Amino acid sequence: MGPDVSWYVVLSAFLFTIGAMGVLLRRNPLIVLLSLEIMLNSANLALIGFARHLGQTDGQVFALAVMAIAASEVVVGLGLIVALHRSEVALDVDELKTLHG
Amino acid sequence: MGDFLVWVVWFVAALGCLGSGVAVISFSNPFYSAIALIGNLASLAVLYLLLAAEFLAAAQVLVYAGAVMVMFLFVIAYIGTHADAPFEGGPSWQALAAVIAAGAILVDVVVAIGLKAGGRLSDEADIEGSFGSPADVGRVFLTDHLLAFEITSIVLLVAAAGGVILGSETRRREAAR
Repeated sequence: MGPDVSWYVVLSAFLFTIGAMGVLLRRNPLIVLLSLEIMLNSANLALIGFARHLGQTDGQVFALAVMAIAASEVVVGLGLIVALHRSEVALDVDELKTLHG
Repeated sequence: MGDFLVWVVWFVAALGCLGSGVAVISFSNPFYSAIALIGNLASLAVLYLLLAAEFLAAAQVLVYAGAVMVMFLFVIAYIGTHADAPFEGGPSWQALAAVIAAGAILVDVVVAIGLKAGGRLSDEADIEGSFGSPADVGRVFLTDHLLAFEITSIVLLVAAAGGVILGSETRRREAAR
């Protein structure tokens, strides 16, 4: 018998922690976005693991919706980063104190 | 024998996941981080295959490791890579608080799941061969979860429009300058 769902859930918790560390520790907004992707994917892994555990496809559908939302989040995030780069603001999340144009 | 192979594949994919995840947050150059994230997404696709989610594994490789990461790499190439010191800047109590917070999340999740589900996690449901196939996922998505499907499409449309507006507005301001 292969690994049961608890292995996947613990792995997903570790991945989520790695992503959270990236979001909290890094200052480059690009790397913060990449770490957010890790966090979203760890949640997806838990969803798909529980879908297999319960034998229901609903969890996989949820994971698919998460993928679509993550794609839109990347579009907006990268658009913001490009806009920041064009207005010559330093790409450092500690320097981004003003939101007005 | 088959079970042994499944465990081997699981451990290789899990180590690949964790290793490339640590690599993503510790490279100083965002370009290398993005490449490491592709490895992370690919090992997750292997785990999805082990969980009988064939369609999602394919979507993961096509949508994530393909489309989303190409977008990331384009932006990184556009704004140029400047390597920074990965974990420096800001007061040191911030870094300490970040590590403590992340560790608290880990303990919280593991303890909560262990207390709540405990021994019930080992008995897996029996599944049919079609579980996780495109037909199965599509049937559930377009019948039981039709509203979620429609809302997702609207969110994607809004995000695409927002990306265009964010891009063109700064260009207009640049031209006016």
